[in-house]
Amino acid sequence: MAQNISSGKRITLGEGGTALVFAVFALFCLVVAANAHTAAYAFHAIIFSAAGVGAVFLIFSNYARRGDALPALTIGGKPNYNYGPVKFTAIAAMIWGVAGFLVGVIAALQLAFPVINFDLPWISFGRLRPLHTSAVIFAFGGNVLIATAFYVVQRTSRARLAGYLSPWFVVLGYNLFIVIAGTGYLLGITQSKEYAEPEWYADLWLTVVWVAFLLVYLATLMRRTEPHIYVANWFYLAFIITIAVLHLGNNAAIPVSVFSPKSYIVWSGVQDAMVQWWYGHNAVGFFLTAGFLGIMYYFVPKRADRPVYSYRLSIIHFWALIFLYIWAGPHHLHYTALPDWAQTLGMTFSVMLWMPSWGGMINGLMTLSGAWDKLRTDPVLRMMVVSIAFYGMSTFEGPMMSIKSVNALSHYTDWTIGHVHSGALGWVAFVSFGALYCVIPWVYNRKGLYSLKLVNWHFWIATLGIVLYITAMWVSGILQGLMWRAYTSLGFLEYSFIETVEAMHPFYVIRALGGVLFLLGSLIMAWNIYKTITATEAASPAGEAALAPAE
Amino acid sequence: MEKYLSVAEFAQTWGLVYFVAIFLAVLVYALWPSRQAAFDQAARMPLRED
Amino acid sequence: MSIWQKHAIFEKNSIILSLGIVVVIAIGGLVEIAPLFYLKNTIEKVSGMRAYTPLELAGRNIYVREGCYNCHSQMVRPLRDEVERYGHYSLAAESMYDHPFQWGSKRTGPDLARVGGKYSDDWHRDHLNRPQAVVPGSVMPAYPWLARTDLDYAHIGDDMKVQALLGVPYSAEMIASAAADIKAQATPDDPGAADLAKRYPKVNARDFDTNPARITEADALIAYLQVIGTMVDFKLYDDKANVR
Repeated sequence: MAQNISSGKRITLGEGGTALVFAVFALFCLVVAANAHTAAYAFHAIIFSAAGVGAVFLIFSNYARRGDALPALTIGGKPNYNYGPVKFTAIAAMIWGVAGFLVGVIAALQLAFPVINFDLPWISFGRLRPLHTSAVIFAFGGNVLIATAFYVVQRTSRARLAGYLSPWFVVLGYNLFIVIAGTGYLLGITQSKEYAEPEWYADLWLTVVWVAFLLVYLATLMRRTEPHIYVANWFYLAFIITIAVLHLGNNAAIPVSVFSPKSYIVWSGVQDAMVQWWYGHNAVGFFLTAGFLGIMYYFVPKRADRPVYSYRLSIIHFWALIFLYIWAGPHHLHYTALPDWAQTLGMTFSVMLWMPSWGGMINGLMTLSGAWDKLRTDPVLRMMVVSIAFYGMSTFEGPMMSIKSVNALSHYTDWTIGHVHSGALGWVAFVSFGALYCVIPWVYNRKGLYSLKLVNWHFWIATLGIVLYITAMWVSGILQGLMWRAYTSLGFLEYSFIETVEAMHPFYVIRALGGVLFLLGSLIMAWNIYKTITATEAASPAGEAALAPAE
Repeated sequence: MEKYLSVAEFAQTWGLVYFVAIFLAVLVYALWPSRQAAFDQAARMPLRED
Repeated sequence: MSIWQKHAIFEKNSIILSLGIVVVIAIGGLVEIAPLFYLKNTIEKVSGMRAYTPLELAGRNIYVREGCYNCHSQMVRPLRDEVERYGHYSLAAESMYDHPFQWGSKRTGPDLARVGGKYSDDWHRDHLNRPQAVVPGSVMPAYPWLARTDLDYAHIGDDMKVQALLGVPYSAEMIASAAADIKAQATPDDPGAADLAKRYPKVNARDFDTNPARITEADALIAYLQVIGTMVDFKLYDDKANVR
């Protein structure tokens, strides 16, 4: 439909139909806003309505600007890559990243100095902490994943991204979800299920966006001119499909009314706990691991200019990882009212998960064998390699913490927070920074980054921040766990709970300092990216901007 | 209780055999010598410029 | 052609690769989740468990809204120090009417699974208003707006209808008298108190925030906090009856 050479300019069925759907949607949201039970929900309905109007406007203004035919799939026999959605999500990731790290720093300071809650409902810790986790995982991480997935699937398929409006629906729709989710927390709209806080209407919206994401991705794969689907795409596909399944399972909720933001999850008690941590741990496994392994399998070989160390290992890595991860959830529920057999299964599979995780780490690291000298000269590659090392560290720590007797000490303490951040800052954020440093010059057709020296500064400041963060959390977590179970010689509990809280203070200050350094690094990066786009030489003549950038 | 025990026993024996068999199948597939060339080709996909 | 080349089908067909992924990820989830809906010890009923009163439910919704789960667990593990610090370890049945569960994952503050009845209403009121005033050294944020804000319970009956649909034992009568029950529970000497106690056995009915003129969010939250972990009478509970 899209590629027909038409005589004269005509609006396509896709453009007209989408505009109509959005117009109806905008009207519907206005009705909801007028009848909403709470002001906060009315505010969200108005945002949705405005987004619908905006979508109609964008479709028609784009129609007015575009040529008679839709963009060609190939130009001169080469794929006509669609980098617009990649650029949008890459920049969005940078902005959300800085915002998410900033909120993290504020939340860390609130734990050290509670006066920073300012007695205001919107920014009290209980509402800010989900804002931080969602901003860094879904806003920053999610945009990095969409940007790189749309880049990698085009390049390894040697085909233009499928769809004309749909990729834009995915990237804009996803970021609308982020805005709704984030403002919702601040206004007190939440399901209180960790990492699945957004309420039913945001979840429904995300479901539509996510299905569109899957379809665009699959349709692009089907267009490929390569016989083989490159392994990075397997990881991206596993990420997209599994997140869809998890999202539906863990957000099965019934709204009180279409005019109310409130819903009740259909699961309760033990079942809800199991479904939640099946979701929660696989959000780690498939969002924060599989997706970013997709990044590793494309960007590390590309940047090092060497094929991946062992393609065979990558196949084993893939199937073993996705098979084992899905079982690991119950290790979040050790010694709870969840049946013992489920806890034991969760522990066993978590320990086994160590193997494919390290298989992947070895595969990533050894890709550099014979080219280790590049670590000295290329700070971007160094960032990605260090991220793989952090991946190895936290995938060793994770299985260890899933052992029941270790978990008895570590659970409910800051050790868990430290573990999450060695994975999130060390692995996810670093490999994301590396990928953004690579992909932004490529899609903007630049010769290279504005300054490698600034990348170097970013690397060292952020690394120092991570070290401060995770060491502080190790000490505070283990200290608190030990204090909780300490007994006097007479057999009484030695410490009251508040004494264990007071003992945490210095470590919370150090943690906040680590967060400040990490934030500082990301600001340096934002500046570097801004200058790369605005103030460096183009890699090839402007007319060929859509074609393959030279490196 | 009895149902639990029989299901548990089935899982602990045949379940184990089943998973080991699948794992071996993946291993053998990935390491089969004649696949080497195809894999080497695939591994170079990101590096080829168009 | 060797049968091992069959894997090539995954590498060359995106739909089959997708199906392969779905099958592989379905196994673990099904094995771990499905039995929980049938096994005796996850669906057992323990005597004493009742649905939350409308006021407690509204309070629980405030607990959810403010994100209390970020710092407070509601799950006492059967470990010596926890049982001594908090009380009897938590039973599966105690959260059977909790949509969503609030077991939590972090104890920046103490566990709340047995907090009901541990402190006075006045203590809770002062603590929510300014935690450091009663617990110096606390890092908990203050929630002064709770005592200032009137509880919005215009739609609480709708909430109960949805919960009834999900299996919480709310009768049509309970739903119909939701608003009256909220008033009866938060107002001292309310004529509806007797009916309330009939519908919700052993209910705490009193003015929780010591401000009899209004029914505030603090009333609801304190009513919820005071009932957590108190429904099951552990003097009567037989822990041997629930093995497996």
